[in-house]
Amino acid sequence: MSQSASKMSPRAQARYNAMAAAARRQRRLQAMLPWLVIFGMFAIWEIGCIVFNVPVFILPAPHDIYAAAVRWWYPLLQDSLVTLYSTMMGFGLAIVAGLLLGIAIGSSTLVYKGLYPLLIAFNSIPKVAVVPVLIIWFGIGVWPAVITAFLISFFPIVVNVATGIATVEPELKDVLRALGARPRDIILKVGLPRAMPYFFASLKIAVTVAFVGAIIAESVAPNAGIGRLMMVASSRFDVPLVFAGLLTTGMMGIVLYWIAEVIERRTTGWATRSTDQNLAAGG
Amino acid sequence: MTRPFVEIDQVAMRYGGVDGTLALEGCSMNINQGEFVAVVGPSGCGKSTLMRLVTGLWPATEGNVVVAGQEVDGPLTIAGMAFQAPTLLPWRRILSNVMLPLEVTPQHRDKLGRDRALYEARARELLRLVGLEGFDNKYPYQLSGGMQQRTSLCRALIHDPALLMLDEPFSALDVFTREDLWAVLQNVWMAKKPTVVLVTHDLREAVYLADRVLVMSARPGRIIAERVNPLPRPRTLETTYTAEFQDLVHDLRGYIAAARSGEEVAA
Ligand SMILES: Nc1ncnc2c1ncn2[C@@H]1O[C@H](COP(=O)(O)OP(=O)(O)O)[C@@H](O)[C@H]1O
Ligand SMILES: [Mg+2]
Repeated sequence: MSQSASKMSPRAQARYNAMAAAARRQRRLQAMLPWLVIFGMFAIWEIGCIVFNVPVFILPAPHDIYAAAVRWWYPLLQDSLVTLYSTMMGFGLAIVAGLLLGIAIGSSTLVYKGLYPLLIAFNSIPKVAVVPVLIIWFGIGVWPAVITAFLISFFPIVVNVATGIATVEPELKDVLRALGARPRDIILKVGLPRAMPYFFASLKIAVTVAFVGAIIAESVAPNAGIGRLMMVASSRFDVPLVFAGLLTTGMMGIVLYWIAEVIERRTTGWATRSTDQNLAAGG
Repeated sequence: MTRPFVEIDQVAMRYGGVDGTLALEGCSMNINQGEFVAVVGPSGCGKSTLMRLVTGLWPATEGNVVVAGQEVDGPLTIAGMAFQAPTLLPWRRILSNVMLPLEVTPQHRDKLGRDRALYEARARELLRLVGLEGFDNKYPYQLSGGMQQRTSLCRALIHDPALLMLDEPFSALDVFTREDLWAVLQNVWMAKKPTVVLVTHDLREAVYLADRVLVMSARPGRIIAERVNPLPRPRTLETTYTAEFQDLVHDLRGYIAAARSGEEVAA
């Protein structure tokens, strides 16, 4: 950097510095923006509730929600952990099943033609409607939540893994087949690594919808978890606690999404590296 | 040395059922061991199809393909291929991209674990030969298009293929890079003498590189003309400005024009 800087004319140097400073400001703003937006939203919410004098049982102000969360912190924490557990169980199952089925569908036209209509039909069924059946089969307990989380999150994984494998360049397949490669080799050496960015992209979606699934089941079959907590709270018209539950869920969703994203960046950096390179070359 | 290495006899290829596209019909040619043959023809005439038939990736609808004395009835295991797109694996470094064929081809896959150092040395030697010395630890995105294509060439050569099939490998490159790679390919060929089939629509490229140039008709493709290229090797860019070279290109140009307008040419 200093080497190239010394070769610049003073004016070019000044311009370069100004551009670098602008880029730094831009990055700082980008990092802060989500927090500003969230803070702003709560501020408007709080002010709106006070100005329009909204009753607490319609829309509690943030400070009411905060008070409820502090008062009920222990059940909130406990139920969050239960929900987290069901979500992760269902999500884990969805990863295993989604990967296997995605590989099968992506690598075989036969499996694709055979299974895809069924998968689409299955994905169109509202999972709320499935929960009563699950209760009949498994009873009220942790399983309906786990399985609902599984059912709802496994579809995006299947579709993405299948897409990644099915879109291997035909020329590359030809190169390998003309060497005597077996279909399995092509999937292992090319298809699967190539599908990884798709897979991780789908994980970010899957982990958040798995949450939705678990909470739906917990609300329909109130056994434990944040879904049940909200059901109980709303039956007692404790609206601030309902909102505390909603916000907790949102926060857990963000954290899981963020974890999925970090893993994605660590493992499949190659998929985005080329653009990084261009930016670096331009700067 | 008596029997040609590749024998293609009255081959036809129709894609997709009875009224599908007839890509090739009555296509015949012989290629000798160690010969460098270029196939030129109008676009869409079935050149890529021919490559797929010779390597056994697709079965011919009619006729016979014989490679190394054996009728082709499934994918070969001895062919190296390179295409217009380098199709490198972006998650692998250059060296490991070049070595990919060794991991899948039956002749080498079992030996790779034991003799890795040997194979790596061979891959580095190839990279040096194409002018990519010192790039083995880079990722494909760190290389220019021409360098990626050189890597793709190394990948096609790493298992010392008896048959090298190149389908317009240089057509996406700029003229200067392309001419560099002609020299590179000629070097590799002179060093290893594989049998090469080069598909191209660049007549200068065909004449620079090939011992023999075959001209295909418009679809359905077959061979309508053949020119033996007597120019001595190694050919250089200077060669391309000689009268002999230009005459040859000019003749081929005439065949192509005829092929495009559908006329018959006396081969
Ligand atoms: N997989 C395929 N399915 C159906 N038609 C094809 C397929 N591949 C090529 N064709 C057709 O066969 C003809 C010859 O194609 P190709 O061999 O790729 O030509 P070239 O490589 O000479 O440009 C074209 O008309 C093309 O549309
Ligand atoms: Mg082609």
